[in-house]
Amino acid sequence: MDEPVGRSRGVFAILGAPPVLWLVVFFLVPLSIIWAYSFGQNVNLTRIAVDGNLANYAHALRPLYLGIIGKSLWFAGLTTLLCLIVGFPVAVAISFAGPRTKAWLLLLVMLPFWTNLLIRTYALMAVLRTEGYVNAILGFGWKGLAAVAALAGLHMPAFTPLELLHNDFAVVFGLVYVQLPFMVLPLYAALDRLDRSLIEASLDLGSSHLGAFAKVVVPLAMPGVVSGVLVTLIPSVGAYLTPDLLGGPSSMMIANVIERQFKAADDWPFGAALSFLLMYMTFAAMAAQAFAGRRRSPT
Amino acid sequence: MRAPPGPLDYLRRWPLRAWLAATAVFLYAPLITLMAFSFNDSKRNIVWRGFTLKYYALTFADADLIQAFVNSLTIALVSTVVSLVLGAMTALLLWRFRFPGKPALEGALGLPIVVPEICMGVAMLVFFTEVLPWPTEAPWPLNLGSIIISHISFSFSFVAVVVRGRLASFDRSLEEAARDLGAGEWRIFREVLVPHMQPGLIAGALLAFTLSLDDFVITFFTSGPDTTTFPIKVYSMVRFSVTPEVNAASTLLIVITVALTALALWLQGPGVTQTPQAGEGLLP
Repeated sequence: MDEPVGRSRGVFAILGAPPVLWLVVFFLVPLSIIWAYSFGQNVNLTRIAVDGNLANYAHALRPLYLGIIGKSLWFAGLTTLLCLIVGFPVAVAISFAGPRTKAWLLLLVMLPFWTNLLIRTYALMAVLRTEGYVNAILGFGWKGLAAVAALAGLHMPAFTPLELLHNDFAVVFGLVYVQLPFMVLPLYAALDRLDRSLIEASLDLGSSHLGAFAKVVVPLAMPGVVSGVLVTLIPSVGAYLTPDLLGGPSSMMIANVIERQFKAADDWPFGAALSFLLMYMTFAAMAAQAFAGRRRSPT
Repeated sequence: MRAPPGPLDYLRRWPLRAWLAATAVFLYAPLITLMAFSFNDSKRNIVWRGFTLKYYALTFADADLIQAFVNSLTIALVSTVVSLVLGAMTALLLWRFRFPGKPALEGALGLPIVVPEICMGVAMLVFFTEVLPWPTEAPWPLNLGSIIISHISFSFSFVAVVVRGRLASFDRSLEEAARDLGAGEWRIFREVLVPHMQPGLIAGALLAFTLSLDDFVITFFTSGPDTTTFPIKVYSMVRFSVTPEVNAASTLLIVITVALTALALWLQGPGVTQTPQAGEGLLP
């Protein structure tokens, strides 16, 4: 490994040129254009002048958009927390399972991840809508309850379906549904490496299971928690499809606003500024993780 | 009677079992009802009225949907092949050489993995309108070019990561032995390196294929009216309402993805369901 380029210059060039070229032309150039546009303005219908002004960023920090950015962060934060609460016991269960059960449980968690995001969101629409399965089951239960109440001479009002779709609840529910596997896998990876004898030792020394869990398992699983939080948080903040299909008019997230600027509103410079605000947030989160990692293991 | 659970047999304690079961219901109930109701003989799609295959017949008769499906598969296939080649090259480059700018390249390669999809989507939209206007009226499959290029841009980094992980376990002495026995650069590559990389290549290809087939957001910004993919088509159907046709089409896609995943896992042989960081999964 780590051979200096020296005498294998030819191999180096053949291996390096195509991927680097591709990355530059079809990835870095497009992103740079967006970045440049974020400092520009619409001159007329077809031309954007990049004149280095910060008006777009100022525009993005007005109360309306600041509110949407705040909402995106709040939804993503809540989603991450819920995924952590639901996912941690699942990851613990997988890491303590026998080899065969473990393989099956991992497959169970991964399989939805291999299913199309759009289809999973659509499946939730069918479950949550007013005439969906949840309301059908609730309505059925209500009918039974009403029948029992009628026997006792009481009258119950007719069942009104719950509004579960097209609101903020549906967005967070959908995000948790979509992101859960991303949380479980890093948690599992960290827990699986954990030295079992540490738990046994703390149990032998008189700790309760919950005590051992809180004082030994959780601290040792921290790197997994941090990367789980990161891989859940970043896609959640930038989620487009979930708020678009499951949310109502007021549950717009930042990605929906960006899409609108590039399609319906046709204000590319402003959309570019919003995109890059999202990128800056992503980089900040990753830098924070790198920083936390360095503080944990000073080398 | 079975032995009482040992101190660390957490999986045999009921609260954890109940939690697992509830999570499984949460993850699978929506998908299973979706698939089950694609066979339901009722337009309203909520009460079971008997088994039917008519929605599958409708799906197969829908020329637009079939075209979208063929487009999706074509895009996924081409982008997988190119991503595999580019990704493997990147992995070999980073694994073998020490060169100035290596950290920068590693950082740049990580970008497509972490950049929010929406940002990459709009970047590709602008690129393909301003810099490289793609002829969307070109004959099929050339009109899919802009989508394919975008998909390769985000997939090949993933392939590179997976293949590089596999290369880390390569025993350098094998290469030295081959060299001592007179094999040239190309022959070492073909007969020593590629066989070792194979599980990584399969895993990478599978990942690239699913990423491409699954992608909605980036395709949404790079596709035109004549170049819809399956997710884009389903999206336009879903916007209107929940219908059995969408259920049938979705079920087909779920079955295909699951079958492909199973095939790839089977091709890789036993041990791949264990995660790489456990170590065993990466060894032959």
